[in-house]
Amino acid sequence: MRPPSPSIPEKEFVFDALKHSLRLDGRLPLEMRTPALSFGTELGCVECSLGKTRVLANIDAKMVKPTPERPFEGMLSIHSEISPMAASEYEIGRPSEEEVTITRMLDKVLRRSDALDKESLCIIAGQRVWHLRLTLHFLADAGNLLDCACMAGIVALKHFRRPEVEVVGDEVTVHPPTERAPVPLAIHHTPFCISFAFFPDPSTQPVIDPSLLEQRLSAGLMSVALNAQRELCVVQKLGGVPLAPDDLLAYINVAVAKAKELDVIVEEALKKDWSGRHVEVR
Amino acid sequence: MSVVVPGEHVPAQHVNLKLGPGLTQSSSSPTVISTRAGTLNHSANRSKWWVESNSRRYVPAPQESVIGIVTQKAIGSLVYARISLAHKDMEPELECFDAQTRKSEGFGELKGGFMVRCSLSMCRKLLDPNHFLLPLLGSQIPLEVAVGVNGRVWISSKELKHTIAISRCIEAVDPDGEGMEEKALRTFLGSLDA
Repeated sequence: MRPPSPSIPEKEFVFDALKHSLRLDGRLPLEMRTPALSFGTELGCVECSLGKTRVLANIDAKMVKPTPERPFEGMLSIHSEISPMAASEYEIGRPSEEEVTITRMLDKVLRRSDALDKESLCIIAGQRVWHLRLTLHFLADAGNLLDCACMAGIVALKHFRRPEVEVVGDEVTVHPPTERAPVPLAIHHTPFCISFAFFPDPSTQPVIDPSLLEQRLSAGLMSVALNAQRELCVVQKLGGVPLAPDDLLAYINVAVAKAKELDVIVEEALKKDWSGRHVEVR
Repeated sequence: MSVVVPGEHVPAQHVNLKLGPGLTQSSSSPTVISTRAGTLNHSANRSKWWVESNSRRYVPAPQESVIGIVTQKAIGSLVYARISLAHKDMEPELECFDAQTRKSEGFGELKGGFMVRCSLSMCRKLLDPNHFLLPLLGSQIPLEVAVGVNGRVWISSKELKHTIAISRCIEAVDPDGEGMEEKALRTFLGSLDA
């Protein structure tokens, strides 16, 4: 069920306020909502929230036979269907434009950027590899599901521990977590996605981490995925709003600063959670 | 004042029993059953009973004032209207004037300003003349407000910053959000840049 497009007073008010660099929730134009990460009891289960936008990520692993084209690599599959729980306009089975964008972006940011070392997931070449399944549940949409989903995904990958496996010749012994401490995944780098929303009036500055109304009223969206080491993974620009090269570089620099902040927040949250966990090894 | 869940039997008995929102009487037996989760209330003489609950989804009922967005002809304009006809199987009908006085009485198109979404119980609080929020805001910022019981509130004031401040205060006091009390809200309002 599509909601009606924003009313004229809402539209005019938001554009007017943005001309004066005012946002409805009192944020500065280049201020992100502070992310909050809460971890579940299982390893690899994390709920990420940006203000009222909430996404839950869950990882499980099972051992499978690898594809014949890539016998030395494990597999990561991402499931990100938006259900009406996020907002009443989403339907299962009929991907909205936003859902398609999110699925493509997650694929580029988490799989194609080589954040996860797939070769480390190999147990016996050609016979047994780990298949990781990342499932994202979109719990609430208050704008910017994409950034929230990417963050939830990468944090879940960093949080997850797979069971330790011992290979003697052709025999594989999987040690349950109660016997041997589970092993973290090999993550090369931590990419974060930062989105900018552009508006029809060219004199209005773009805003970072748009809220729901700002996203609906935007003329174009640009998402930049990069890590704290200033390495760009993805630059995606939708909508056709013209952007000068100098401005683009300036916004990417803003995104670098945000990525560094997010990195600090994520590392702290992971450390705090890990120190609170009691992993017993007999 | 007890908490009830849907399907619970409610001991409501009176000669002139009037059932308010959240209660229904099955056609066969005289038992009264609640249809919503919330607190059960009744009037002093026990003739009127109702269930107070909070939700964000509005179900139209006649004689209620709501804010709607026009979808045909003048697309996108906001109107403040009264529901004249509401049936669960049909689209509700609205009218933009008061049925008794045949005058507009503030109904009609709402120009300018901004619209905020909130929960249904927040709307009822705003319509209550004894609630602290609107008089408190009105004493500091000149404002115009139209409250629709469908979860939408139209606000208008001279400065953009003031309108933003009012919108944030409504969201802060909303029981769905933070549910701030008067004292906390005064501190919050003071901290806003207005």
